[in-house]
Amino acid sequence: MADLFKKLKDGLFKTRNNITDRINSVLSSFKTIDEDLFDELEEILITSDVGVETTMKLLEGIKKEVKEQKINDPKAVIELLKQEVLRVMSKDVAPVSNEYPQIIVLIGVNGVGKTTSVGKIANRYKQAGKKVLIAAADTFRAAAIEQLEVWSNRVGADIIKHQEGADPAAIIFDAISAAKSRKTDVIICDTAGRLHNKKNLMEELKKIFRIIDREYPEAHREVYLVLDATTGQNAIIQAKVFKEAADITGIVLTKLDGTAKGGIVIAIKSELNVPVRLVGVGEKIDDLQDFDPVDFANAIFPE
Amino acid sequence: MAFEGLANKLQETLKKLRGSGKLNEKDVKEAMREVKMALLEADVNFKVVKDFVSRVTDRAVGHEVMESLTPGQQVIKIVNDELTQLMGNTQSKIVFSSKPPTIIMMVGLQGAGKTTTCGKLALNLKKQGKKPILVACDIYRPAAIKQLHVVAGQVEADVFSLGDKTKPVDICKAAIEHASKSGNDVLIIDTAGRLHINEELMDELLEIKDNIRPTEIMLVVDSMTGQDAVNVAESFNQKLGLDGVILTKLDGDTRGGAALSIKAVTSKPIKYAGMGEKMSDLEPFHPDRMASRILGMGDVLSLIEKAQLNIDDKKAMELEKKIRTQQFSFEDFLDQLQQMKKMGSLSQLVDMIPGMNAGKLKGMEVDDKEIVRVEAIIKSMTKKERLEPSILNGSRRKRIALGSGTTIQDVNKIIKNFEQTRKMMKQFADMGKDMKKGKKRLPFFR
Repeated sequence: MADLFKKLKDGLFKTRNNITDRINSVLSSFKTIDEDLFDELEEILITSDVGVETTMKLLEGIKKEVKEQKINDPKAVIELLKQEVLRVMSKDVAPVSNEYPQIIVLIGVNGVGKTTSVGKIANRYKQAGKKVLIAAADTFRAAAIEQLEVWSNRVGADIIKHQEGADPAAIIFDAISAAKSRKTDVIICDTAGRLHNKKNLMEELKKIFRIIDREYPEAHREVYLVLDATTGQNAIIQAKVFKEAADITGIVLTKLDGTAKGGIVIAIKSELNVPVRLVGVGEKIDDLQDFDPVDFANAIFPE
Repeated sequence: MAFEGLANKLQETLKKLRGSGKLNEKDVKEAMREVKMALLEADVNFKVVKDFVSRVTDRAVGHEVMESLTPGQQVIKIVNDELTQLMGNTQSKIVFSSKPPTIIMMVGLQGAGKTTTCGKLALNLKKQGKKPILVACDIYRPAAIKQLHVVAGQVEADVFSLGDKTKPVDICKAAIEHASKSGNDVLIIDTAGRLHINEELMDELLEIKDNIRPTEIMLVVDSMTGQDAVNVAESFNQKLGLDGVILTKLDGDTRGGAALSIKAVTSKPIKYAGMGEKMSDLEPFHPDRMASRILGMGDVLSLIEKAQLNIDDKKAMELEKKIRTQQFSFEDFLDQLQQMKKMGSLSQLVDMIPGMNAGKLKGMEVDDKEIVRVEAIIKSMTKKERLEPSILNGSRRKRIALGSGTTIQDVNKIIKNFEQTRKMMKQFADMGKDMKKGKKRLPFFR
């Protein structure tokens, strides 16, 4: 477990460095807490992709605290910010379910890392001793199926696939039948990347969920929206629109090992109350970690 | 549409100024605060926003505006100017090497859309009479090479690949060798996606660059990228020295702030933008036109260019004659529909018409399927019916409805619309006769 924590921390290293270094340098340049200080904090949060609205919300909370507790030390402000982020990120988050059979569907726009995440998630369940089946329902992108096949070999999980251009819902149907007869614990479904403003593609997604409703009502269902940590404010719109087509139960935040600050998840949690479940912190097969709000807040704002 | 959100926000803010006969400093400051928020929410880089707002404010409270008769309009003009400035003034084209082959190297983060863009670029260059070859250097991502093969197949371009066991730099060298024999004059190198902070992989790119001296190094950037876009672009630029940027996924509803920031920070031009999932959906990037689009002033130039590119001159002349003599038939109508389809989706076209920004069309779905339906109906008619719509009686209409999978009401509606259009076109044509002769008329209706 200690190793897990270290990895997440390493992954978030850049994130943390960026935000805290700057916050610290700001804080040390101020002797008292005034409007200018909050302006600087506002800038830092916005440049971390937290977004205008959520930044305002966070800062308002802190301003209130500062006033009520009569805080004068600028350094105490960082602790408040940390508490505020922690509060937002952990507000009514239920633990991840361990009911089986389970079906996990990954959705998201193009290029966020859905196929790779399917592979990594499959590996996690496989390592936990579960029987895993991968459904290759991205029949649109060239070579997406081949890419997933490579992953299924690496992980050692079964894969259900048709040829390119096939109906994704049909693959899900087949995967469910196969899972029933093979007594599979978890089905993990890849889907084609789609821009959320493409109406017919969103309809296709609804069809997939109708099939699951009808054929596999007994299975516990998780729908993960995969988001690229480098994405800006558009991620909120993505989350909103995908939420209309599917009951998103969590977010997989990928590519957090770059310099992107991933502040967008704070905005999404605050505005839509969708919890982050997993974070991708590297390219290796086990570089997908559970998201822990406490670790997240600690990693961003160290003691 | 791309920039939709930003465009709406800016328009809303600027509308308040538009009519004003008098502007004071406070009005401008207030408007600029809103512009600032709109730009930040659009993911425009914080530093860029600050500079932008202060420049616009300076100009807006200066003489330029106060002495003009329509200060509101003047401010909008300034914002437009500065937006254009921010994205680069003129269109930048791909530079071809004077000594072939031209080598274009595509770099970027994972998932930016490099492989797909390689295919789109190949198609674009083929249309310009080049003979491109795609070089598969992404040896890391599973099935990336396969994907490049498939994409190349779609645009009928050549591919050079040595599998995933050879070092990318060696693949490139071999590809150049190969191209000199096969007569390919442009090499498009698809490299693996990588983080800009991954030293090892960045060095790999540098090694390729030093060995093969590419003509153009293009950074492929997802237009949905947030504040980090600038860091990414700067890192790649410092390491490799970029020649240009290609923006992808601009057909989403991203507010596209990354586009605005990258040019401002790296001063590297955006050369192309990916506007859709089809291979032909890669467009040259025109900063001035994009600025007008953001402000909702339309983009007539692109519209006309699209029409010119896709509409056959001779057919247009024939059509004009037919319209004048009222011989326009369903046959021609079908022809028109097909030509229009070549120009792209209806919603894309609508975006370019001044005053028809997406905000105004909210709730009104521009349905490309409608065209398919109309096409089906016309195709279910016999040749005779298409040429002489007057013979379409009840039983013929019923047959057409059955044949096209629509209802009689649908068929009736199409016929009625057609008759009206025909009449209207006749009137237009007569009007046109009096005007300057020889002026090319766009074969549009509605």
